[in-house]
Amino acid sequence: MSNSSIGWWGVVIGVLAGSVRGGTPFLLVSLGECLTEKSGKINLGLEGVLLMGAMSAYAVSYKTGSSLCGVAAAAGVGALLGMIHALMVSRPRVNDIAVGIAMLIFGSGLAFYLGKPYIEPSAPQLPGIPLGAWSSVAQIRAALSISPLFVFGVVVAFLMHWFFRSTRWGMHVRAVGDSPAAARAMGLSVGRTRFLAIVCGSALGGMGGAHLSLFYPGAWTERISSGQGLMAVALVIFARWNPVHCLWASLLFGGAQSIGPALQAVGISTGYYLWNASPYILTLLVMMATCSTKRTLVGAPGALGTSS
Amino acid sequence: MLRTCSILLAGLAAAAMTSSVPDAMAADQVVMGFIYVGPKDDYGYNQAHSEGCAGVQKLPWVKAIEEASVPETTSVQETMRNMINQDGAQILFPTSFGYFDPHILKVARQNPNVQFLHCGGMYTEGKHPKNVGSYFGYIDEAVYISGIVSGHSTKSGKLGFIAAKPIPQVLRNINAFTLGARSVNPKATVQVIFTGDWSMPVKEAEAASSLIDQGVDVLTCHVDSPKVILETAERRGIYVCGYHANGSKLAPKGYLTGAEWNWTKVYSDYAQMVKDGKTLAGGTIPHLIRGGLKDGFVKCSDYGPAVGDDAKKDAEAAKAKFMDGSMVIFKGPLMDNTGKVIVPDGQEYNQKDIELEKMGWLVDGVIGSTKS
Amino acid sequence: MPSSQDTPMMSAAAQTLPAESAPKAPWRWRTGAEAVVIPTCAVVAALILFGIFCEFQGRNALKVYAAIYKAAYGNWYSFQNTLLRAAPLMLTALCTALPARLGLIVIGNEGALVVGGVAATVAGLAVQSAPMPVVIAVMLLGGIVGGGLWIGFVGLLYYKRGVNETISSLLMNYIAIAFMNHLVNGPMRDPSSLNKPSSFPIPDDKMLPSMGNSNVHYGLIFGILVCLMAWVLMEHTTFGFKVRMIGGNIRAARMAGLPVARIGLIICFLAGAAAGIAGMVEVAAVQGRANESLAAGYGYAGILVAFIARHRGLPIILVATLLGGILASGGILQRTFTLPDATILLLQGIIFLCILFSDSLYGRIPFFKEPGA
Repeated sequence: MSNSSIGWWGVVIGVLAGSVRGGTPFLLVSLGECLTEKSGKINLGLEGVLLMGAMSAYAVSYKTGSSLCGVAAAAGVGALLGMIHALMVSRPRVNDIAVGIAMLIFGSGLAFYLGKPYIEPSAPQLPGIPLGAWSSVAQIRAALSISPLFVFGVVVAFLMHWFFRSTRWGMHVRAVGDSPAAARAMGLSVGRTRFLAIVCGSALGGMGGAHLSLFYPGAWTERISSGQGLMAVALVIFARWNPVHCLWASLLFGGAQSIGPALQAVGISTGYYLWNASPYILTLLVMMATCSTKRTLVGAPGALGTSS
Repeated sequence: MLRTCSILLAGLAAAAMTSSVPDAMAADQVVMGFIYVGPKDDYGYNQAHSEGCAGVQKLPWVKAIEEASVPETTSVQETMRNMINQDGAQILFPTSFGYFDPHILKVARQNPNVQFLHCGGMYTEGKHPKNVGSYFGYIDEAVYISGIVSGHSTKSGKLGFIAAKPIPQVLRNINAFTLGARSVNPKATVQVIFTGDWSMPVKEAEAASSLIDQGVDVLTCHVDSPKVILETAERRGIYVCGYHANGSKLAPKGYLTGAEWNWTKVYSDYAQMVKDGKTLAGGTIPHLIRGGLKDGFVKCSDYGPAVGDDAKKDAEAAKAKFMDGSMVIFKGPLMDNTGKVIVPDGQEYNQKDIELEKMGWLVDGVIGSTKS
Repeated sequence: MPSSQDTPMMSAAAQTLPAESAPKAPWRWRTGAEAVVIPTCAVVAALILFGIFCEFQGRNALKVYAAIYKAAYGNWYSFQNTLLRAAPLMLTALCTALPARLGLIVIGNEGALVVGGVAATVAGLAVQSAPMPVVIAVMLLGGIVGGGLWIGFVGLLYYKRGVNETISSLLMNYIAIAFMNHLVNGPMRDPSSLNKPSSFPIPDDKMLPSMGNSNVHYGLIFGILVCLMAWVLMEHTTFGFKVRMIGGNIRAARMAGLPVARIGLIICFLAGAAAGIAGMVEVAAVQGRANESLAAGYGYAGILVAFIARHRGLPIILVATLLGGILASGGILQRTFTLPDATILLLQGIIFLCILFSDSLYGRIPFFKEPGA
């Protein structure tokens, strides 16, 4: 049994490992979106940030030979795009959803344009953390080779949770997101708080892209993202704007992505289009079950989706 | 405002100038237009065509123009018209299968003097315009060779095939791969995963991981861009066969061999025919052009370091039989993987047989289903 | 979390387009001028930014613009391309524009287009032996019902369960595309559609023809008509007034006794129906069958058109034509200037960012302030 077939266990291992591998970009992007939304704005442009992050991480890693530099570059580029978004949405009467879609187009256009020369070369990848070194089963060793960015994401999730709950700055962000008018009355600068929240959130999104191009699947192509940036917005609502819940939700989404292939690998091969849609159907069902017109969602920033 | 005016004027002037270009075209220059559905540097299907375009462009009397990322909507009709009217293209190669019906058919009817060559489509006499033709390579021959090498190289006897969709072109490759592998290793099985889309890197990597977890130790694929699959296989330390283009650089240890296109040859042939004044409608350019290893339409990558001598010997023997034309891939008795007889004993399909381009079954030894 | 658009200035600015307002209301010329000058300046600024980028890439910016102009609006031939691309954008834009007037931000355009297209195909195939006008009418009905119910469901989720409409409609895009793929690869597949799984085809002679001897199909007329109808409905009827009232202040509207949920559901249905018509046109005039080509990104482009046109029917026609022109010029950048395919995405992104930014300038420039206003 040790090295050959592991049958149905393969589905379990596949989904579990897939949830970590595939869930990491969801995790980083959703944490970024969570921070952004807590300050009262939505950033649909994280999809473009993700692509720019993936491209610049790969390019810098290839040019410098250091994958860490790549990750730093992705975060930096993410922050830059976040600045544009933040400056735009801070203007009166500029709708954040529209800006998000324009940033999506701009970010992906820029990533595709600048990324052309980096499709062919192979860049140094991020090394995995070998949590499975104890096992003699190759499948388990491979499944437990964890992305350092996943570990980073988990740490950020708990830190952000603590940040919102127990720090003064975290409270400022929440105040700005819940009621800008009240925050202003408290003497907080709404503009500056939002700017910082959006820029940091966007940097996290860029690092999610770095995971795609430097760890898993570990290549730069124009189709590298399959909408993780857009989905992050849904994921944050799914997670009730709670960073730790973002972690569980991301694992769930990552796992759902790998159900289709894992089932086919043991010979269940019908309906894979519908399987591929399972994360979206699941989110919709959960939202239908838990939302209500009578009360706003627990944790929902009050100013979200308004022009204030 | 002044600037806007000058742009307008410049635009008008440019319009006036270029519209006269097609008439001034020298008779001995051939203008060829190439259209791709995705980016032309995808390390796969589109890049193979684009390299063919770059290859034919080396001929001094050829002007090749290309346009990438053209969706299968009215945009491709527009691109074809623009290439004809603005660039003076005499022959067009819209390379995506989905361009054919209705887009190529529609524009071809409006431009009877332009040759439309479609990759992989089927021209039907009487049903389709006379200036439409189709070309394709029997890449299953090269995939068959990959199968032989894989059959020799596997230790577990389990091979993996990651495919986009259960359509005839793909099924034919899966079957050829399986038959090649089982010709040297009758117990080998091929596990198929369909991702459902032509380019989905995350899903392809996920499929590769799942297959490797199931004990598969040789992978190959039929997707638009095999890069991610090659790299995943290399990282997990298993063997892999390439597709579309040579991927040995992406998997220096595990790359066995691969099936590659050689479109430069095909496009140069067409360029010569157009230069000689031949046309599809006049019957001097054949409506269906197909070719395999023998005709140089497709080729096999050089063997990687992991390929053993037995594998090389059998692969070379099969190659020799393809070259002298005595090799038949699909011959009876052949059963599909549900136990139904597909080709009875004594019967065989020649490569040119159009039945093979309508394939809807998977041969015995493939684990997977053609249902979506 | 409904968003409110409490901006009387906005409606005033957009309603007073020069063509309709200048002769009737000469005393408001400054507001009218503002609505023209600001977006124009935004476009010019975007072109300058993109021009700098071109110069950095070693291309002469003026030549590039000349080529874009030529490829989009230069002559009747190229203008046909622009119109052809504008037609679906007009229809998908309404899918965002109509609910926006209620304060709902729906981005399910792509999904509604796909569902409308599939429904139109099913309907058309059911009556394919009938005469052409009947087939078209039935397909139209199919598209309207399919797309309408799809976005109607988004409205239902919002009003009955409080589910955020932006997120649910985004999710439903993915679900619609997966569902369509499942259908055309399985139950609806024509076995003879070999390498591109598709539904059975609508007979050629039952399809929506081109206008005269041009390349532009009648879908453009559908687009313009539906935009005009939407404009009349929203700006010149009591129903439209109620919608705008809800969008302006939902509490006041409720207190005034307006059936908020019912009006909302109707608007969502109409919005989906418009995108559904876009899907129907794509099937009836272009593809002739349902397959994965339906999801070609018209939906996402439509969202931007709606925002830039400030969700008004008439400007949508203009903005869609502008965007159609930009898209139509993508090819010439590749063929003539050997710029990569992504260039046109980049140009689009820059233009949209500039125009969206310019929204914040309304009422900020002293020159455009109406004296005494």
